[in-house]
Amino acid sequence: MNTTASTNLTPQKILVLGATSGIAEATCRIWAAQGHSLFLVARNPEKLAAVAADLRVRGASYVDTAVADLDDTDQHPALLAHAINSLTGMDIAYLAHGVLGDQSQAEQDFNTAAHILHTNFMAPVSLLTWLANFCVQRHSGTLAVLSSVAGDRGRKSNYVYGSSKAGLSAFLGGLRNRVDREGVTVLTIKPGPVKTAMTASMDQKKMADVDQVAQTIVKAIAAKKDTLYVPFLWQPIMCIIRHIPERIFKKLNL
Amino acid sequence: MPDPNSAQEATPSVQPPFESWGRYPSYNAHLLPLHWQSDFAAVVPTLRDSALPVGMGRSYGDSCLLKDGNLLVTTGMNRLLSFDPATGLLTAEAGITLAQILDFAVPRGFFLPVTPGTKYVTLGGAIANDIHGKNHHVAGTFGCHVTQFELVRSDGTRRLCSPTENPDWFAATIGGLGITGFIPWATLRLKPIVSRSIDYEGIQFHGVDEFLDLTTQSQNIEYTVSWIDCASTGRNFARGVFMQGDHSPTPSPLTPSPQPKLVFPFEAPGFALNHTTVSLFNTAFFHKQIHQRVVSLQDYEPFFYPLDKVLHWNRMYGKRGLLQFQYVIPWEHAREGTIAILREVANSGLASFLAVLKAFGDVPSPGMMSFPKPGITLALDFPIKPGKSFPLFERLADMTLEFGGRLYPAKDAAMTASQFQAFYPQWQQFARYKDPLLTSSFWERVTGEPLFR
Repeated sequence: MNTTASTNLTPQKILVLGATSGIAEATCRIWAAQGHSLFLVARNPEKLAAVAADLRVRGASYVDTAVADLDDTDQHPALLAHAINSLTGMDIAYLAHGVLGDQSQAEQDFNTAAHILHTNFMAPVSLLTWLANFCVQRHSGTLAVLSSVAGDRGRKSNYVYGSSKAGLSAFLGGLRNRVDREGVTVLTIKPGPVKTAMTASMDQKKMADVDQVAQTIVKAIAAKKDTLYVPFLWQPIMCIIRHIPERIFKKLNL
Repeated sequence: MPDPNSAQEATPSVQPPFESWGRYPSYNAHLLPLHWQSDFAAVVPTLRDSALPVGMGRSYGDSCLLKDGNLLVTTGMNRLLSFDPATGLLTAEAGITLAQILDFAVPRGFFLPVTPGTKYVTLGGAIANDIHGKNHHVAGTFGCHVTQFELVRSDGTRRLCSPTENPDWFAATIGGLGITGFIPWATLRLKPIVSRSIDYEGIQFHGVDEFLDLTTQSQNIEYTVSWIDCASTGRNFARGVFMQGDHSPTPSPLTPSPQPKLVFPFEAPGFALNHTTVSLFNTAFFHKQIHQRVVSLQDYEPFFYPLDKVLHWNRMYGKRGLLQFQYVIPWEHAREGTIAILREVANSGLASFLAVLKAFGDVPSPGMMSFPKPGITLALDFPIKPGKSFPLFERLADMTLEFGGRLYPAKDAAMTASQFQAFYPQWQQFARYKDPLLTSSFWERVTGEPLFR
């Protein structure tokens, strides 16, 4: 009777870090309906349990979870080993955790800025170092990572968040250059603003729909793409923004 | 350029008006999106003014509005928590829409036990308004199929509510207008289907008596509803099409529904819907069915949700919005009451574009404040014409009262406090279950209660 899972090929083993983030959850719903196996990591146990329950009901063939604060990089090796053990392997790692942070506070206080950089850059670097070596050993696997269009050029309204994502995008570019020849795929995902809990305090009227963003991400991962701007329109927009000369750019209010 | 991820606008401010489906009235409110079941308890201590949990805002009037208050928008809370294909019991967070439930359930061979004329309402909203559908005469209201839910009060109290556990809170909350507390999740009993299709039959009728005959003949058919022409007088008075259907018993592939693509693109000018255009539409609709009787196999989408195909169809009514009017009149006066009200509407010349007539069955409604009761229900909508619509509405409400009927709060923007209190004499008993933090513009209007806090 269950025809929703029938669209898919072979079930994949997917590790999701930051599984309660809006984009991650929407993506996982699609994977669950396709019958894949999921290991979910998030910080808040109640939210993680609700997301896991939803994905089980939607048809994931296997769902396991671990509560962890990914800022704690010392825990990463044990956490990742446990997750891969639980999944009995790993085809895709999806890194979706991150914080928006408070830009105005970060302008005044280095500790705030350092925290944003740690969560959005240092923690993914720690995870990716371990995961990339795991994948290289097996000559397979996809590392899909949520960066942001905000990383394409520093702007006064969010340059601390932006620089954490710029660092991450640069790291991913280099990592891809290293591991592609080993049969490992690295996907840099650059979403524009998306209607999720993360952006709930802003005017969300013109933001992208999270389910459509998730659909695009699932397709890009399946197609083993390198970089994904989502919605696609952000690719030409950011191309223009990157090419505005600095002497003009510094006068703009973006 | 829009600001992707800046935190600068992080302070919630007064948002543009959150509109109800009728787009009248229009009030400013703070919109606070809830994404998790725990968000209600987290947000309550931060609120200075009253609040109202809302879903898709598909109620027509002001029952989903709170002037200058906090609207707690639950649509981000849309997770499925458990499903048992053996029993059809589905537990989900209350912000899930019926459309999302159908997307999950139909491919698995299940359908909603009761569905309204749009699938874009939330589970919580369906409970709070104890909605009804075309199968009321056999299935009762939506609340009849809700087996349990959790109710969280603003003081932090949590109750599991079911017909046997906290039955008084269960009864108060079903049809409780969202003001008895916050519903984080609920369990609904889905029913099995083997096909997306409906065995449909459409039959033309002339007059209320023919409608009543058809109603009697169709007692064993699951879904019945009639479109009725409210603009015509004389020979064509109360002509209509009686539409009935059952889920097809012939198995066929249970594919998911496509997503709608049409959007009503602009606000129609105020004069677009007038007596002439509505009469033309009604004549066309009546004669679209060339034969007196038409039988066909129809997908459930056009059968249940003909208007969902066009998103924002309410823009057709222009910027002044539309006024809904839905009564139920008990059998004792159902025939005379319906004829009298239809005459009043036809004579007024104030066109009603969409008029729907249906017989309610005698399955008891589980809610203390539920609208349906045995008799005839008629739903009309009017474009708002200054100086004309409201006096007509008041006359119709008074006539409803004389015939022993009542109006549907979810579709109301105009009944007076005394009319409401006569329609629902149990309102004071119900008010004891109201959460002190929660209220709606509707409740303030019909009870004259001052804003709390």
